[in-house]
Amino acid sequence: MGRKLLLEHAHVEGINTYEVYRKHGGYRAVEKALKTMAPEDVVEEVKKSGLRGRGGAGFPTGMKWSFIAKPEGVPRYLLCNADESEPGTFKDRYLMEKIPHLLIEGMILSSFALGANTSYIYIRGEYSWVVFILEKAIKEAYANGWLGKNILGTGFDLDLHVTPGAGAYICGEETALIESLEGKRGNPRVKPPFPAVKGLWQSPTVVNNVETIAAVVPIVNDGGDEYAKIGIGKSTGTKLISASGNINKPGVYEIELGVPVEEFIYSDEWCGGIKNGKRIKACVPGGSSVPILPHFLITKTANGEQRLMTYESLSDGGFASGSMLGSGGFIVYDEDQCIVRNTWNFSRFYHHESCGQCSPCREGTGWMEKVLWRLENGQGKLSDIDLLSDVAKKIEGNTICPLGDAAAWPVSAAIRHFREEFEWHINEPKACMERNYGLVKEPLATV
Amino acid sequence: MQRFPEGKQKSALIRALHITQEENGGWLSIAAMDHLAEVLGITPIEVYEVATFYTMYNLAPVGKYVLEFCHTGPCAIEGAERIVAYTQQKLGIKTGETTADGFFTIKEVECLGACGYAPMMQVGEFFHEHLTEAKIDQFIEDCRAGKIDKGTWKMH
Ligand SMILES: Cc1cc2nc3c(=O)[nH]c(=O)nc-3n(C[C@H](O)[C@H](O)[C@H](O)COP(=O)(O)O)c2cc1C
Ligand code: SF4
Ligand code: FES
Repeated sequence: MGRKLLLEHAHVEGINTYEVYRKHGGYRAVEKALKTMAPEDVVEEVKKSGLRGRGGAGFPTGMKWSFIAKPEGVPRYLLCNADESEPGTFKDRYLMEKIPHLLIEGMILSSFALGANTSYIYIRGEYSWVVFILEKAIKEAYANGWLGKNILGTGFDLDLHVTPGAGAYICGEETALIESLEGKRGNPRVKPPFPAVKGLWQSPTVVNNVETIAAVVPIVNDGGDEYAKIGIGKSTGTKLISASGNINKPGVYEIELGVPVEEFIYSDEWCGGIKNGKRIKACVPGGSSVPILPHFLITKTANGEQRLMTYESLSDGGFASGSMLGSGGFIVYDEDQCIVRNTWNFSRFYHHESCGQCSPCREGTGWMEKVLWRLENGQGKLSDIDLLSDVAKKIEGNTICPLGDAAAWPVSAAIRHFREEFEWHINEPKACMERNYGLVKEPLATV
Repeated sequence: MQRFPEGKQKSALIRALHITQEENGGWLSIAAMDHLAEVLGITPIEVYEVATFYTMYNLAPVGKYVLEFCHTGPCAIEGAERIVAYTQQKLGIKTGETTADGFFTIKEVECLGACGYAPMMQVGEFFHEHLTEAKIDQFIEDCRAGKIDKGTWKMH
């Protein structure tokens, strides 16, 4: 059994209410921080903890916080990124739904550390009932003196609000999120200036993922050093993994970083193995944006070492033979799944979600979708495979925001590891059309 | 609107559009958007720009029940495409269309953050998970019988 820091009380009856949360030690960290620590002390503990952003990029949180500009007389903002739209990721929803006060407590601590007196939780609009849950919990926190003016008599003021989006994956990108919060289209901004200098309404702003902010609670309670004892190397603490695909036990799991991937997939504590007694074919370990791995590179690295659930181990081998921990959206594919179809599906997703500002992303994602659909429908040519690689390469690194890369990587990786399957689609068009997906296939209408 | 500092009322737009859509029978008409612009003190184009960007806003009339099927990767490998095809056939409409009786609209949307409970659809505030053909049959029957409430969330 691993230690649980975030979901320890997730199954306690009524933990979503203030009373029960408080009875289980809730808001102790706020008392400790506001009464006995300076904001810099909280930042220091977070630095010591080694906590890395749980939204996908894994950037050290303490360092990110220390970058925030502090000009005199200008407000600072903390924004919680609860947009959670990366395919395969559903951990933040689980946390907010089950233990909304944990996020609120983390928001108070993090706002205190950053010197923010107004903070927002930006949540995807589709989670409308979670907005309701959060707003109810915030009201309870105000009523009990944890939010508002002069919290605990310490002179620290904080107002916390929830703002829903309206359906756009790109609003998870931090500058798009800021634009959206300002009531505009979610078009990512050109950086610099970085949000830490000019963010929401041109003020210094930090954007952090739900899970990152929640992790500040145990860090303040137990101290950064204690948190850093969990995990391996630079992958400290626990991580929420949302497991989906062809496995026996999909769901949200909190693991100590460092669990072997093999154990995570096959142990009954977690995924419980592949459904219907099938074999594993591939795995996307960190949300749709990260490279797909073929079965022989999932549980072991190219060097034959055991692959672990850590930032370093999952990316061991670079893009040639590794992937990324990403957002922790762990998708498992069994032997019957079609890699070409899955790649097409993801390309369609990125094409649909591209904001359209940069032509490599806007046009490139469209091309990839179109070519992949052609291949999947037995109308591809051998040259299409190289065309795809080429388009993907032209997008990578040539765009305003990382959505372009996120669209390109899955395509490049699928071709790298499953070229034969792409070729089969071209050489055996009839067999490939006959494969039964229970679908009526239609040609692509428009691109 | 008090959520935002003085002079930043535009930030209320996204939520205000949600409310407008709800009150306008599930979609945003030009008249409704123009009215909202006036209330918020911004230009109509600022409202249209936003309304056309986000997928949750419907710019044409929709049925009473909008069936929003997730068709992204994790749902797809658990049978989302089959479920969508089944529902299309059953209701005699394609994605984006509304049944003649004005009851159902089918929409296909991207990942809704329920990938572990695939295949899934959202109707109103509800997520309907682990969909099967039988569940779709039951759901449609319940809608027709007026048994489905779109707006109150129940934990499952
Ligand atoms: C296209 C795109 C979508 C993203 N979606 C999310 C998201 O849904 N949730 C999230 O926390 N971070 C998302 N990110 C990452 C954020 O930009 C940002 O790095 C993160 O919120 C920082 O928080 P962290 O340091 O706590 O991880 C996305 C990035 C990109 C480029
Ligand atoms: S990379 Fe794509 S999503 Fe990002 S800013 Fe450019 S066009 Fe928009
Ligand atoms: S892929 Fe359908 S909910 Fe995520």
